[in-house]
Amino acid sequence: MPVIQLREALNQAMCEEMQRDPDVFLIGEEVAEYDGAYKVSQGMLAKFGPMRVVDAPISECGFAGLGIGAAMVGMRPIVEFMTFSFSLVAFDQMVNNAPKVRHMSGGQFKIPIVFRGISGPGQQLAATHSWTVDALYTHVPGLKVVIPSTPYDAKGLLKTAIRDDDPVIFLENEAMYGVRGEVPEEEYTIPFGKADIKREGTDCTVVAWGHTCQTALAAAEKLQQEHGINVEVLDPRTLRPLDMDSIIASVRKTGYCVTVEEGYPTCGIGSEIAYQLQEKCFDDLDNSVTRVAALDVPMPYSKPLLNHVVPGVDRVAEEIKKTIYFQG
Amino acid sequence: MLYGCPGLKPLYMGENVKTLVEAAQKIEPSTAQMMDWYRQMVLIRQFELRSAQSYQQQKIGGFCHLYVGQEAVAVGSLAAVRPSDYVITAYRDHGHAIARGMDMHPLFAELYGKKTGCSHGKGGSMHFFDASKNFFGGHAIVAAHIPLAVGLGWAVKYRKEDRVVLCYFGDGAMNQGSFHEALNLAGLFKLPIIFLVEDNGYGMGTHVHRASAVTDLKLRTGDAYGIPGKDVDGMDCLAMYRMTLSAAEYCRKGNGSIFLQVKTYRYRGHSMSDPQKYRTREEVAQFQEHDPIGRLEKVLRDAGVLDDQKIQAVNDEVHKLVEEAHLRADADPYPELDDVWTDIYSNPFDPYKL
Repeated sequence: MPVIQLREALNQAMCEEMQRDPDVFLIGEEVAEYDGAYKVSQGMLAKFGPMRVVDAPISECGFAGLGIGAAMVGMRPIVEFMTFSFSLVAFDQMVNNAPKVRHMSGGQFKIPIVFRGISGPGQQLAATHSWTVDALYTHVPGLKVVIPSTPYDAKGLLKTAIRDDDPVIFLENEAMYGVRGEVPEEEYTIPFGKADIKREGTDCTVVAWGHTCQTALAAAEKLQQEHGINVEVLDPRTLRPLDMDSIIASVRKTGYCVTVEEGYPTCGIGSEIAYQLQEKCFDDLDNSVTRVAALDVPMPYSKPLLNHVVPGVDRVAEEIKKTIYFQG
Repeated sequence: MLYGCPGLKPLYMGENVKTLVEAAQKIEPSTAQMMDWYRQMVLIRQFELRSAQSYQQQKIGGFCHLYVGQEAVAVGSLAAVRPSDYVITAYRDHGHAIARGMDMHPLFAELYGKKTGCSHGKGGSMHFFDASKNFFGGHAIVAAHIPLAVGLGWAVKYRKEDRVVLCYFGDGAMNQGSFHEALNLAGLFKLPIIFLVEDNGYGMGTHVHRASAVTDLKLRTGDAYGIPGKDVDGMDCLAMYRMTLSAAEYCRKGNGSIFLQVKTYRYRGHSMSDPQKYRTREEVAQFQEHDPIGRLEKVLRDAGVLDDQKIQAVNDEVHKLVEEAHLRADADPYPELDDVWTDIYSNPFDPYKL
């Protein structure tokens, strides 16, 4: 099976879907002639031409709205944000027009659109450019939120997102574009709402998605090697819908749960998972759920400060040990 | 050519606007067409007066923005576009919906929050939609629908279709960022869109003089984005028809967008809850002297096709239709409580439904 980078997997997904369906097009800043700010759309302009790979001006509200309008008449736009931090300039389009036109029209118009781009703290970009938008968008009925952690998942989930009839927020991460992994040559898609066990274990369930899934896997390896602790890492892959059934099944097996996210703890995804676990499998928990998240502060620029704020391998490993009452 | 519009002179300053206006002046609708417009305007006005009553009777909730006084804008402009063209507007949408041919019963039902409403009772006054009429709403966040119009125009250009987009908004929308982003994109991509500002002088209760650094709105619109435009008397149904038809032909030929600055006036408040302390009765009366229904009435009287008897007959017929639609909607059932879970996703899911 070919081993490719995550950015190539995304590129393949978009190219295959554009070849399959003439209503699919890509619009965003620097996606065409510049070949993508992060090279995700590399070569696509040459392949599909300027009507299908469209350079937009720095005008997020304008081109996000353009996508939604085109979707109202059955086109399937992929709108790339250079980062989801900039999607906040278009927040009204994202949380009002995209998810609510179907509803307010009594179901007369569907909005089959994908908004994709990077989310997360990145490399020392300071507070305004470092948004982790998982929780912001997962909060909104009418949106679907997808966040892959491997090249395989990235391709399969993006193809599903493009074919989906609802607005999909597809979250990528700058640090992960170069991650390599096996991606089959034959056609496949991955359904929304189906978690994937990235590492099987028996001692503690760690729920982590996107970039933090890698952090969690590294922490699991560390604990295995240093203490023989056998951690299960579960990647929900989509946050709305959220595969609580799989999370509950894992927790029933291990008795413990730690969630790991780069977003803020207050009203975050981890809070939601913890709530649902206490509601649905309280008696299976041998300790309270631990929520590992960014510290509740604006993202600082300075590297040591940033590394302190964002959950790293050591912090995750420590929190797992505390959660399972490990006396080492 | 995707980008820019080389060779196209801005029309406020250039020759093309003359061509547009000259073409418009040559358009002569039949008296039968004008009789139809007259009836439509009477219908919109009576629909709105009934809505005002129903609001006072608390049959209508939320915000309700009436179109009384502005009827000629929707009727004249919508008469000039085809059923296959795309139409999108803001929250003062009753007049556009009726002029686009939507039945009154689902509109009243929507206002009353009934299951039979055009949006199944989920949208209300500000969110009338009808996919079958290419009527794309009904949007309540000021100027947020203008980027959607650009998307509709993009789809038309992308698919090489013979359509135009007609996008209405108020003068208040012109101070929003989304308006300027949308116009820049439409000008850049040369999309077939008629941007039509219904300038009624007020953004809610704030006069344009207190809201816009430059009050000659056309200086803040088309020219800035390479989109030519023209001002139109919005109290004159015939002028609206002529200019919109001419503009639509311009767009259909692949010339890009057009901006129509339409001067109009609303007789009622911004919404039903507006005490109107920002203007005088005299000001309202002054505009009512140029009432759009009265003006078309005069044209038709002069043409010998309308007299007192016919006017009465039109009013009686319309009144009956309005009352019937209102009563039917009033008697209709509300949606089922379980309907809150529908029209959200293509494949419904919700962790909290159970």
